[in-house]
Amino acid sequence: MILKQMITMKENFVKSREERTKRLEEMALKIRRHIIREIYEAGSGHPGGSLSATEIITALYFHIMKHDPKNPKWENRDRFVLSKGHSCPTLYAALAESGYFDVKELLTLRKLGSRLQGHPSMKIPGIDICTGSLGQGLSVAVGMALGARLDSRLYRVFVLLGDGELQCGEVWEAAMAAAHYKLGNITAIVDRNRLQIDGNTETIMSLEPLPFKFKAFGWHVTEVNGHNFNEIIDAIEKGFKIKGKPKVIIAHTTKGKGVSFMEGSVAFHGKPPNDEQFKIAMKELGEY
Amino acid sequence: MFKDYKYPREAYGKTLRELGRERKDIVVLDADLSSSTKTKFFADEFPDRFFNLGVAEQNMIGVAAGLATTGKTVFASSFAMFVVGRGYDQIRQSIVYPKLNVKIVTTHAGITVGGDGASHQIIEDIALMSVLPNMNVFVPADCVETEKMIRAIADHKGPVYVRMGRSKVPTIYDDSFEFHPGRASILKEGNDISIIAIGIMVSKALEAAEELKKKGISARVINMSTVKPLDEETIIKAARETGGIVTAEEHNVTMGMGSAVASVLSEKYPVSMFKCGIPDVFGESGDYKELMEKYGLTADNVVKTSLNVLKRKR
Repeated sequence: MILKQMITMKENFVKSREERTKRLEEMALKIRRHIIREIYEAGSGHPGGSLSATEIITALYFHIMKHDPKNPKWENRDRFVLSKGHSCPTLYAALAESGYFDVKELLTLRKLGSRLQGHPSMKIPGIDICTGSLGQGLSVAVGMALGARLDSRLYRVFVLLGDGELQCGEVWEAAMAAAHYKLGNITAIVDRNRLQIDGNTETIMSLEPLPFKFKAFGWHVTEVNGHNFNEIIDAIEKGFKIKGKPKVIIAHTTKGKGVSFMEGSVAFHGKPPNDEQFKIAMKELGEY
Repeated sequence: MFKDYKYPREAYGKTLRELGRERKDIVVLDADLSSSTKTKFFADEFPDRFFNLGVAEQNMIGVAAGLATTGKTVFASSFAMFVVGRGYDQIRQSIVYPKLNVKIVTTHAGITVGGDGASHQIIEDIALMSVLPNMNVFVPADCVETEKMIRAIADHKGPVYVRMGRSKVPTIYDDSFEFHPGRASILKEGNDISIIAIGIMVSKALEAAEELKKKGISARVINMSTVKPLDEETIIKAARETGGIVTAEEHNVTMGMGSAVASVLSEKYPVSMFKCGIPDVFGESGDYKELMEKYGLTADNVVKTSLNVLKRKR
């Protein structure tokens, strides 16, 4: 009898996870189409790092984070800092799909008069800090986390870091401070796609052994496949149980993920698709 | 001429401590220089609302930004050289562009740092902070003005830069003085020439005006502590009524307060003018009074300059 119940519970658990994954994968696909369309319409932008971060941002906005699109300034909302600001097409798409603004506005990205600046600005509801100049987001997250502590609020602070920007010294100043202040309410996620503008991170300025660096700075480190929702979500949620320590999830990703000719391509770090490439990309992403 | 010499940074620390008692939203950050910037006065009484970020100014600025997004009124302090010099991009990206409620209050600006030499003597901070949109730039002349200014900026929502020196300065105001952003204060009326000064040079300007008086010249003395927003009205009025302007500041003459005044005059009321300040060179080690002599930051030089401007005026 008990055994049967346990089997049923397990089946339900598996089923609910499968449903969750299906729902999130559908959303991620939608967001990828938005990204390509946004950047194509804008005529400039950063598809590579936007596509690599898609599952991470989707998991945060559509499963993990407590936020209210109808009340973007809700005091107990979880905070998100997109330290790698150039991946904003993904964030904008997630905000629009969450209901912060109309998805039609996505097509105004980078255009004169648009709220959707080329890098995140606080003109947009749901964005708590301007980013763009790399290496600063983790410091801001530390300030937000200290603010939560001062006000005895339970919100969490999530920050998405690019791997290239880990070459900035300020990131490590902030990493030191987060551990010093025992900021267990911070979860940083590294979009470890291994490519930066000029090439492979390990050729340009090597980051490895990256997990050990964060460990040495006093962080709890987990490594996941950054395109697998269960892995991302499990790592984040398990991290919540570890108190008094900031958490980092090194999410191994593929730059340009989801569009064949952009995958693993340095060229598409900061280049829009041309007309033909746009059509191929949208077809691959299930449109047409 | 002056009797009471005090450290503006001490007035800063004391005012912060008072504000801390009055307001729970005041949070103070420092980068390992709290005993020099005097934020220690606040830290000792409110350890929970004080964060010493260590020798990591860029991170300090980012942390200040993050705290400000949660509704705190944040004061971030260190030596002007390190906050402005090292933290410029962070100030621009994370504080001034998002227009966050962070007060960057620095000490040990200018050559009067003395013995530490050029590495520590920032002479370009007013330039760097003034060119940032959304930024306010204030330079107090004495301890009374420091206190009033710190109180005023705590009530103002948005980014502010305040610059103080290391050394003592004479007290020139009494407690009835009020600081208003965008409004300069006229310390002495005069008709022949106007001396517009900031910081430690305000007292030198007053001394110079006394000297000029002995020569029969009536000099107006203006404290332009509100470098941005600049009090254009007072500048234009001075130009119209006195016909000649001398500016005096412990800053590079290139792009300092004097340049801001020159820019207003050239567009709106051109008159003969000259800027006293550091002539676009790095400083050096030395006693601060000797340094002020060497770089012309003296009442004598302000007098000499005023006489030259008067000559050109006629």
